[in-house]
Amino acid sequence: MATTSIKNLKEFSTTNDRFEGAHTLCPGCAHSMIVRELMNCTDDNLVIGSNTGCLEVSTAVYPFTSWDTSWIHIGFENAASAISGAEAMHKARKKKGTLKDNDASVKFVAFGGDGSTFDIGFQWLSGAIERGHDFTYICLDNENYANTGGQRSSATPIGSTTSTAQAGTHSYGKKEKKKDIVAIMAAHGAPYVAQLAPNKWKAMAKGFQKALETEGPCFINTVSPCCTEWRFDPKDTIGITDLATDSLMFPVYEIIDGHELNILYRPKTVIKVEEYMGAQGRYKHLFKPEYRHIIDKVQKDIDEQWDYLQRREEARI
Amino acid sequence: MQDLKLLANDKRGKTELGSRRDLVGWHEVTQGSILPSFDGDAIGIALKKAEERVYSNFNSYTATVASWRVQKPVFNIDVCIDCQNCWVWCPDSSILSRDKQMMGIDYDHCKGCQVCSEVCPTNPKSLLMFNEYVQLEDALASWPEKKKKEK
Ligand SMILES: Cc1ncc(C[n+]2csc(CCOP(=O)(O)OP(=O)(O)O)c2C)c(N)n1
Ligand code: SF4
Ligand code: SF4
Ligand code: SF4
Ligand SMILES: [Mg+2]
Repeated sequence: MATTSIKNLKEFSTTNDRFEGAHTLCPGCAHSMIVRELMNCTDDNLVIGSNTGCLEVSTAVYPFTSWDTSWIHIGFENAASAISGAEAMHKARKKKGTLKDNDASVKFVAFGGDGSTFDIGFQWLSGAIERGHDFTYICLDNENYANTGGQRSSATPIGSTTSTAQAGTHSYGKKEKKKDIVAIMAAHGAPYVAQLAPNKWKAMAKGFQKALETEGPCFINTVSPCCTEWRFDPKDTIGITDLATDSLMFPVYEIIDGHELNILYRPKTVIKVEEYMGAQGRYKHLFKPEYRHIIDKVQKDIDEQWDYLQRREEARI
Repeated sequence: MQDLKLLANDKRGKTELGSRRDLVGWHEVTQGSILPSFDGDAIGIALKKAEERVYSNFNSYTATVASWRVQKPVFNIDVCIDCQNCWVWCPDSSILSRDKQMMGIDYDHCKGCQVCSEVCPTNPKSLLMFNEYVQLEDALASWPEKKKKEK
């Protein structure tokens, strides 16, 4: 395994980018920050598969590709299946000695949006993890179906307005809570599961390297702020991510072998979730008196989850 | 300051997106088709800098999105401390860093999102946004002074 040094940003910056510009993601999109970091934290050969979504359509604008690695363009639900197939074939050919370079280190990675990961590709992801292929699945969680105009997914938090769960006089937006994908993936017994955030670049790079090094199926949920659907100024992508991790709306943690939980970032000062929500247009309506109780509910859920994560970390179970 | 042209591959940003009419259309592309990112062997590409690579005409490195920009970031090397915040967070791989130093901006791929300027920690900032038509020399000549800390 050829890892790049991530001791500090200066050393990390000597890596040569393998994700090229002139893709058509929106200015300020966090998807590409996350993809660049994954590709920059290793020198190994990569085989990458992408589910349909913003990342996939924006990096394969015919006749161009933004990927300096093998990259498979696949349907909405299929990244986990495609990458399992590629990994199984590679293993078989390695055994037979029919690869061009039998000693080269190759890593298999799949990228999916939250729509494809939490909803539409869920069954196939679950199957690939159960079969135990050696790959890393990274979910780019922007909490909505961004590529088709911002519909709600099971990753959309309660109270967020979306094009299919709109806030208005009779509705505060989505009514259901977000699915806890990290817990679900850990319950599969995957050897490495984590939730990471691009503002905490070092924790993210370390987590990516761990997942790539770990044999077997690894799953990482990454928070990927979407300026277009979350409604904030593109320049603030990292600022919004700071609010997400500091309010503990997105706690940064890992779970090893389904039980050993480590918190990877503890904010010095925990901020209130209303500060995070107030910075985005998708939560604007919650600040009306009649919907205020939703903010309180979200805060209560966050406090409970943080308490739970800390207890689990301590208990080592 | 190193000549930024030395950091660019000859092929960088030569084509407008959507302008290639010489190729077969979408419908004629068969399942299982492959678009190579490089001409020739791609083994060991991770160890090669952009200026050393042989990009194919299918690589989006050879395309430009410069026309998306309304404002452009301007880099002032005199203030920069080479922290590389701008490099790690640029969503468009447009910060040219070499040997731990920030060298400048790839204006073929920069979309002007302003993230780099936001995350730049120096005082005054080493990256500031200017209108696209402002000359680089004029922008540098108008650089603000160090801001005093508010008490
Ligand atoms: C089976 C199927 N259903 C629907 C679509 C249309 N579709 C394409 S991208 C997309 C949304 C993707 O959302 P997500 O996975 O969250 O990725 P994002 O665009 O938000 O990054 C949808 C619904 C499709 N391509 N295939
Ligand atoms: S809609 Fe959101 S996720 Fe999609 S490219 Fe734009 S900012 Fe990125
Ligand atoms: S403005 Fe945006 S795209 Fe341009 S260099 Fe800065 S971060 Fe990169
Ligand atoms: S963020 Fe600012 S100080 Fe840091 S390397 Fe970039 S330009 Fe220089
Ligand atoms: Mg999404």
